[in-house]
Amino acid sequence: MSDQLIAQLVVSGLGMGFIFALIAIGLTLIYGVMEVVNFAHGEFLMIGMYASYLAYVTWGADPVVSLPFIALLMFVFGVAVYYLLIRRVLTGSMHAQIFATFGLMVFLQAAAQFFMGADYFAIQNSWLSGVITIGDVVLPMPQIAAVVGASLATLLLYALVFRTSLGRQLRAAAQDAQAASTLGINPSTMYALAWGFGSACVGVAASLLSNFYYVFPRVGAVFVLLAYVAVALGGFGSIHGALVAGLLIGLLQVAMGFFVSSELKFVPVYMLYLAVVLLRPRGLFGRM
Amino acid sequence: MFRKRRIIPVVVAAALALAGGDVLAADPVKVGALYPLSGQVAKSGEDTLNGIRLAIEIINKDYPDLKMPFAAGEGLPGLNGALIELVAADHQGSPEIGMAEAERLIVQEKVAALIGAFHSSVAATSSQVAERMGTPYISGESEASTLTERGYRWFFRTTPSSRTQARDFFVFLRDLNKNRDAPIKTIAVVHENTLWGQEFAKSVAGYFKEFSEFQPSIVVGYQQGTSDVTSEVQRLIAAKPDVVFHASYDAEAILFARTYKQFNFNPQGVLAIGAAFGSNAFRDALGPDANYFLVREHWSRDLADRNPLVGQVAKMYRERFGKDMDGTPARAFTAMMVLADAINRAGSTEPEKIRAALAATRMPPEATIMPWEGVQFDETGQNTLTRGIFVQTLDGVPKMVWPAELAVAKLVWPRPVWR
Repeated sequence: MSDQLIAQLVVSGLGMGFIFALIAIGLTLIYGVMEVVNFAHGEFLMIGMYASYLAYVTWGADPVVSLPFIALLMFVFGVAVYYLLIRRVLTGSMHAQIFATFGLMVFLQAAAQFFMGADYFAIQNSWLSGVITIGDVVLPMPQIAAVVGASLATLLLYALVFRTSLGRQLRAAAQDAQAASTLGINPSTMYALAWGFGSACVGVAASLLSNFYYVFPRVGAVFVLLAYVAVALGGFGSIHGALVAGLLIGLLQVAMGFFVSSELKFVPVYMLYLAVVLLRPRGLFGRM
Repeated sequence: MFRKRRIIPVVVAAALALAGGDVLAADPVKVGALYPLSGQVAKSGEDTLNGIRLAIEIINKDYPDLKMPFAAGEGLPGLNGALIELVAADHQGSPEIGMAEAERLIVQEKVAALIGAFHSSVAATSSQVAERMGTPYISGESEASTLTERGYRWFFRTTPSSRTQARDFFVFLRDLNKNRDAPIKTIAVVHENTLWGQEFAKSVAGYFKEFSEFQPSIVVGYQQGTSDVTSEVQRLIAAKPDVVFHASYDAEAILFARTYKQFNFNPQGVLAIGAAFGSNAFRDALGPDANYFLVREHWSRDLADRNPLVGQVAKMYRERFGKDMDGTPARAFTAMMVLADAINRAGSTEPEKIRAALAATRMPPEATIMPWEGVQFDETGQNTLTRGIFVQTLDGVPKMVWPAELAVAKLVWPRPVWR
């Protein structure tokens, strides 16, 4: 067991872990502010990846260049989904909310298949393809970019939520919407912003992913299931919980895949999840 | 006077034929086809059925320029020019529906034989019905090995089983080793973890005894829909196999190829079952990195170089259906031709006679559009003369490179290291 191999496994574990974390943070942000689970979250990722791919083939815009625009696009998309769909079912029963986002998932998947077909598309030769070699250690650029990009995005979001007035308003609306509205905070605007920021997170993840992963109508399912696990593991609504859980999942699956069997690589992830649900149902960092 | 005499035997013969009732000269022979025509794989089902439609068209109409059985002249000569009538049924990929449809085709439509069924699972259930009712059943593309291991009397299969396909990998490597100083030795298997991939891995493991010059290296199974294969590839790198056998679908084929390049994994060759490593999606996604992967194929348009029939049939298929022929319709086409040949030799639509004629099939290679040595069934109903070809993507185009006598391009082996 060489140091080189360990370094490689750790980097790819972290690379995937940060991607899971970023997707999970988007999910948990929306949940934390308004207690709605977005079942179409994976499809948001899919849209971001198609956008990144299309920007590349139509304008030759590398994912590095298009990343902020994709984040912005997804922000707008998230806000639009809130105003056009979510706001209308908020007053309804819990089921209405579930069916609304679930329906959105089915609709977006079918729309993607209708417009783009079921084929796999991948970006060739992006700036971040290739590897860096440090000594004997071969580190794939896209995964390093995923680590760097995702941690920067997480930091930014953190600063926004915990260090700005806007963030305070968001948290206020999350804690008690009525009390917040008596203080002049419009909860509906806050909810819309939560959808915007949550979707922007997924946009950044999509952009980073498109450097090395292909896009197809069901790509969301590949990542989002683990993101849900990360959310539950970290504690619903907890941003740093989602971050830690995402990284844990990334590292666990790579280690299991290498040392034991790749057929079993998600087993410890789900076992940990079950253990947490049984022993500490609020998750690692959950409040309640 | 003379005239009358000559007419009498004809009248008698006609009367006899009518009395026999079995075959009326121009009565069409009904063939039931079971395919998935709606649902997820409707497109593949339709393509496959088109292969059968084309075969029937060639039989029923006059194509004097086509040098294959039944092309010249209309209908089946053994049944006084009877035409073949296709009765297609949609099983939607469901074994239960396949069973019910098979029964309907036999009882209500009174088909002389069945052909199908794309999905091995549906072939398994629908052929059960055929076995019970004593109706000949031929399959041109259902590959599960177990289908011909059930001891059925009425089931025949022209396509090689998935197990036989695994054998082709070894035959290929043994052939390569003939003129090499440093022989290829160790073989790793990478497979997805549904029935298809598992069966392939098991079949490969079973052949190391017969091909004792090779040694098994690591076997890596993975879950379909995985997001990252770093750990899988690291295990391969640690095992250092000479050759990798791959059973993967499109998505993971792309992921594996990219990860091989990232970590500079350079086996002498990567040989794949199924089309994923040579598909359009694969080539589009990887560009020049798609080169040098080898795919075991059933059929290639490159076969036209040696057998003009292939080119003619592929062209007809394209003109008729607006799509390029590939291995599955080509095999369904061949199965239909084999069935027609048996019905023709049986000279009757009586099931027992067709079954006997199928069992006695001896079709020479030049009468088919396949790279096979012909068609001949063993006692289990499996065609024993099949042969696989290997296609390698070279400069972005898949080219047939093996067997040598059919090759249109020179095999690149070992594959160049990643750049």
